[in-house]
Amino acid sequence: MSATGHIGHSPPPFFKRGPAPLVRLTFFLALSLAAMVADLRFGMLEPVRAAVAALLWPLQKAVMLPVEGAGEAGTYLADLARLKKENEELRARQLAQANQLLRQAHLDHENRRLRALLDMRERLDAPAQAAEILYAARDPFSRRIVIDRGMTHGVEAGQPVIDEVGVIGQVTRVFPLTSEVTLLTDKNQAIPVQVQRNGLRAVLAGAGNGLLELKFLPANADVEPDDVLVTSGLDGIYLPGLPVARVTRIDRDNSFSFARIECAPLAGVERQGQVLVLGKRVAPPPPEDAPEQVKRSKGRKAKGNKP
Amino acid sequence: MIQPTHSSRRILLPARTWFIYLSLLVAALLNLIPLGRLPGVPDWVALVLAFWCIHQPLKVGMAAAFCFGLVMDVAHAAVLGQHAFAYVLLAFFAAGWSRRVLWFPLAQQALHVLPMLLGTQLVMLLIRLATGGEFPGFAYFLSSLTATLFWYPASYLLLLPQYQPVERDETRPI
Repeated sequence: MSATGHIGHSPPPFFKRGPAPLVRLTFFLALSLAAMVADLRFGMLEPVRAAVAALLWPLQKAVMLPVEGAGEAGTYLADLARLKKENEELRARQLAQANQLLRQAHLDHENRRLRALLDMRERLDAPAQAAEILYAARDPFSRRIVIDRGMTHGVEAGQPVIDEVGVIGQVTRVFPLTSEVTLLTDKNQAIPVQVQRNGLRAVLAGAGNGLLELKFLPANADVEPDDVLVTSGLDGIYLPGLPVARVTRIDRDNSFSFARIECAPLAGVERQGQVLVLGKRVAPPPPEDAPEQVKRSKGRKAKGNKP
Repeated sequence: MIQPTHSSRRILLPARTWFIYLSLLVAALLNLIPLGRLPGVPDWVALVLAFWCIHQPLKVGMAAAFCFGLVMDVAHAAVLGQHAFAYVLLAFFAAGWSRRVLWFPLAQQALHVLPMLLGTQLVMLLIRLATGGEFPGFAYFLSSLTATLFWYPASYLLLLPQYQPVERDETRPI
């Protein structure tokens, strides 16, 4: 042995493989678990996500080219008749809306004057920017889409997103050039609404199967099929009066205290196309006599709770 | 001795590390194609990762699985760490089974790969259900089945650079 001169030295690196597989497995599983907890509980990994997304963006753009090309070839080959019909439809719709649009400025002015007369606060007008839906995110456990406006265009998390028919969702994550919009049909998304017919307020939440559910309304609530639900604006995020959904089915089971009310979204929530990202509503400062009002309303609430 | 399968008599050239990572990158690009919520689209990264962990367990391992998992998490707008967790488990079991799987012909190799891919999907499903996601329906598991069908073309394509010409050089001394 001494002749080889290897005593006291480490063996040659024939079998050098680093730590044992089980050790590596434990290490990486722990790392992924930590990442999941940091992401879900604390939201600490948003910078990492934004960085990876920025690096991925050119690749995604390159991969999207053939898909977009196929779509464009399809529209290029669309027959003239269809385009003509669509053009006529749009012209008719524009004419139908012209009446309202032309009087909009006048009505706005009148509304402001009347509100001033009644000593009410001015309605806030939110700025908006158009965006295009790039694709639906592939995650099958949630309902999200990606739009082509991001941090560089001034988009912020929390902004509502609408299309020409109604609300489709809310921006939940912003990347440098794109942002993720969580659709109303996502299971974890809720929106305060009111029934347009009678002003009954409730919370609408995603049911998880592409439909929505009107939650926490008593079994005898005044809701009928085909009622249109619009945003109530109570959350300070959505402007009041935006159409959201239509009631499709009501299940009044007396063994439960709440009615099961299924609704279908009005806007093309699961379709492709153009959307509008509305600016964030800034809550107006409280009026001067706010503390008194709060006190009064609290007292009333306490009284009301005592049956 | 590197062979397509352990029972094969064909000897392969050594695998090049850059080709392995290039193929993983191409798989990631295939995963980035925006197909929306179409069911049954294979998870290419999982398939290629399983392939290389079975064929070259010393060159590709859990570190690569973790990194590509994180990239997929961002690309799919999933929870950060979900794909990483599942891919690390996949890499571990694929490398552990590599000595066994390679004794079988391709069809039976695919049968070994199917439970690995299904397990990967099951892990992701459990993670997301535990964190409040919605159940996507059983069509979600279709993607493993289609990925398994791609095992044969994938093994042919990925081993292609390692095949050497069959004709022998008669003047070679050994």
